[in-house]
Amino acid sequence: MKLTLKIWRQKNANTKGELKTYPIDGIEGDMSFLEMLDVLNEELINKGDEPVVFDHDCREGICGSCSLQINGEPHGPDRLVTTCQLHMRMFNDGDTIVIEPFRAKAFPVIKDLVVDRTSFERIQQAGGYISVNTSGNTIDANAIPVNKQDADDSFNAATCIGCGACVAACKNASAMLFTSAKVSQFALLPQGKVEATERVLNMVAQMDKEGFGNCTNTGACEIECPKGISLENIARMNREYLNASIKG
Amino acid sequence: MSILDSKIPEGPLADKWTKHKNDVNLVNPANKRNIDVIVVGTGLAGGSAAATLAELGYNVKTFCYQDSPRRAHSIAAQGGINAAKNYQGDGDSNYRLFYDTVKGGDYRSREGNVYRLAEVSANIIDQCVAQGVPFAREYGGMLDNRSFGGVLVSRTFYAKGQTGQQLLLGAYSAMNRQINRGKITPFNRHEMLDLVIVDGKARGIIARDLVSGKIERHSAHAVVIASGGYGNVFFLSTNAMGSNATAAWKIHKRGAYFANPCYTQIHPTCIPVSGDHQSKLTLMSESLRNDGRIWVPKKKEDAIAIREGKKKAKDLSEDERDYYLERRYPSFGNLVPRDVASRAAKERCDAGFGVNKTGQAVFLDFASAIERYGKEQAAMHGNHNPSKEEITKLGKQVIENKYGNLFQMYEKIVDENPYESPMMIYPAVHYTMGGIWVDYNLQSTIPGCYVTGEANFSDHGANRLGASALMQGLADGYFVLPYTIGDYLSKDIKTGPIPTDTKEFDEAENKVLQQLETLINNNGKHSVDYFHKKLGHIMWNKCGMARNATDLASAMTEIRALREEFWKDVKVPGELNEMNAELEKAMRVADFLELGELFAKDALHRNESCGGHFREEYQTEEGEALRDDENFMYVAAWEYTGDPAQEILHKEELKYENIEVKSRSYK
Repeated sequence: MKLTLKIWRQKNANTKGELKTYPIDGIEGDMSFLEMLDVLNEELINKGDEPVVFDHDCREGICGSCSLQINGEPHGPDRLVTTCQLHMRMFNDGDTIVIEPFRAKAFPVIKDLVVDRTSFERIQQAGGYISVNTSGNTIDANAIPVNKQDADDSFNAATCIGCGACVAACKNASAMLFTSAKVSQFALLPQGKVEATERVLNMVAQMDKEGFGNCTNTGACEIECPKGISLENIARMNREYLNASIKG
Repeated sequence: MSILDSKIPEGPLADKWTKHKNDVNLVNPANKRNIDVIVVGTGLAGGSAAATLAELGYNVKTFCYQDSPRRAHSIAAQGGINAAKNYQGDGDSNYRLFYDTVKGGDYRSREGNVYRLAEVSANIIDQCVAQGVPFAREYGGMLDNRSFGGVLVSRTFYAKGQTGQQLLLGAYSAMNRQINRGKITPFNRHEMLDLVIVDGKARGIIARDLVSGKIERHSAHAVVIASGGYGNVFFLSTNAMGSNATAAWKIHKRGAYFANPCYTQIHPTCIPVSGDHQSKLTLMSESLRNDGRIWVPKKKEDAIAIREGKKKAKDLSEDERDYYLERRYPSFGNLVPRDVASRAAKERCDAGFGVNKTGQAVFLDFASAIERYGKEQAAMHGNHNPSKEEITKLGKQVIENKYGNLFQMYEKIVDENPYESPMMIYPAVHYTMGGIWVDYNLQSTIPGCYVTGEANFSDHGANRLGASALMQGLADGYFVLPYTIGDYLSKDIKTGPIPTDTKEFDEAENKVLQQLETLINNNGKHSVDYFHKKLGHIMWNKCGMARNATDLASAMTEIRALREEFWKDVKVPGELNEMNAELEKAMRVADFLELGELFAKDALHRNESCGGHFREEYQTEEGEALRDDENFMYVAAWEYTGDPAQEILHKEELKYENIEVKSRSYK
């Protein structure tokens, strides 16, 4: 198929960016979206132009590196996939596709389609862990039974890949879904309850400090999340936060 | 040629590690504060090592090329992690895990290392649960297990099809705790481009900041390389796009021996190649072989009809199907080790029984599992006379619970619903058992340079069993290295900070800069990918699942010629001092173009078949791998001399005192 791509080009954080138009031909439905960009880049290099830079790594939907706002949607029009698992069969011959970086104050553009997501790192560093040493000198793994439903819910929250689609989807650029997924994972497990109070207070404080917006319950994050992280996690984090604030 | 000393402690197998831990020197807590350690790579092996060393009190600097440690490719491991917990009461023990691993590796791994791995495996599970890793559980709240290839017990712990992700996030959380305490300084979006050796000891690295393009000097008292494997030398593999051998290859060029480069794992269950545009291959977890049955049509006409779209899998009755693994290997069936399953798939496809458009695929069928689980579920819910539809519906739910994300991934890529028609799969490059040679302490032949995880060669011999890579990565990082590196660092308590304004750092930095500038200014005709794809073709066709002396010799010549062409004609756009993805790729491919030649050389010298290394000249009448224990029961460790073709072979003889060496049989 033949497509027209409108791609955000920006040399670095300090220069202004703009959308540039690139026609492309010979795209097959079995190609992934990033393989389509590989084809474009090969053409650009052969012509002596600079290829488009974008984050990507595992290309199987799990590392969370790839991003891209495609026709206004994080990770494009398909549901429950990352951009690397989005296939060109979702598009039609003659389509125009607008490709931009994830937009948020807390995700500044580094170059072209690459953004800086270290704000997510700092939220995790503020409390996204259980304070236990890695000596292996702990109790036997089966010493504390965990209710299967809680274990499954905790796992579902833990499948967040930290891509930032929730932030890019939100009109407030809120990081509530991301933060609440980690808070929930631990809040649901007995071993995570010990420092639950401090964890939620510290992580929320860091989230606010990074300049992410507030949550107004539009639910856009849940719809765009490639891993289907549920809004329930935000509700759970709000409960945890309220409890912690009263205790704290 | 020299004989390498593996430094395996004396004494009975089961006591070696305990005795060694008691014998090593310790560093007192106050002195640890004055010692710096660099960790390159933040996957399971690097992340766990960094967190543990920081907890102990060392100052740790971590380096990864991704924008976060959480994105290292350990995250993509799907099926599970082995541990000899014997929770199922099916007769598992440390010895059995040791035995299975040595046998699975086709008697080409080190007894002492493998036993230690088995010994610490149970601890890993305890540790991860304490960290909040949400493993799969049964209704009673206890941990669940599944079975993997090459073993007769259920010892694999898992978190759906995302076990690697959950374990890596566990290690990442342990790292975050130390970053928050200021004990780890993370250098993300940084790539190590050389090792700095001062007075014969590893004392630092040269790294490039991938955002600004600036070259940086970092010093430390010891350097840990945990940068993963080199599967991307094949261009197409299940590795991440950025997975590379640069850190490992650079230390090799600085004096670390490279062991068994030809031992590569071609994983049997991957989504087949669909076209020339393909950039990577996707694995379908080995855990699927717990429930999926592998088959091709019995008759060639049927295979052809399926390829041409005239027939579908479900049109073939049971007796028109050849469940070739169950036929050839009745006792292990679909759960034979990976190398055996891959070769069997290739054999059927080469003989003309392959099933997708290209004829390079076999079926992985869940219909009987869906039926079995459906009946079981119906009975559990008191329905003793269920209809076919009810059975299918209930059975699909069980399969979805176990493998939902894998089925979804398959459907997105292939555009076919695997609940309805069987998956089509084919082998793909997945893991490299070879790597930097290390002794029992995980130290390379360069003092102070340690290598952990897939980047070293130590534990899997010529073939790795499923769910053992995660086990090794975490064992090395959480439980082995923190002890052994202390012994080395105990001699550095009075050294003080290592300065970076020395001639050794100057020399290394200049060398790196020169290489980068050459690439940027080369202005050739072809992109980096052009060369990488060509290299991949040579590797797959001549150093792939079946190898022979003629092809291997010509692979060496072709790779050498391609390398020369690369340096003459590669085109790298952009500038040095900016984010430049093409330049990053060029540096990595330059190293693959050297490593590939050594790979072929190693495969050519090993005149036997063992594990993942299959030489057509050496096979039994039934087509099974034929080892030559008399002449090749050794680790081949190569010393760099300036040219991959001229590397010098050093041998480490392998001794088996606790296990009877016999020919591997899964029949």
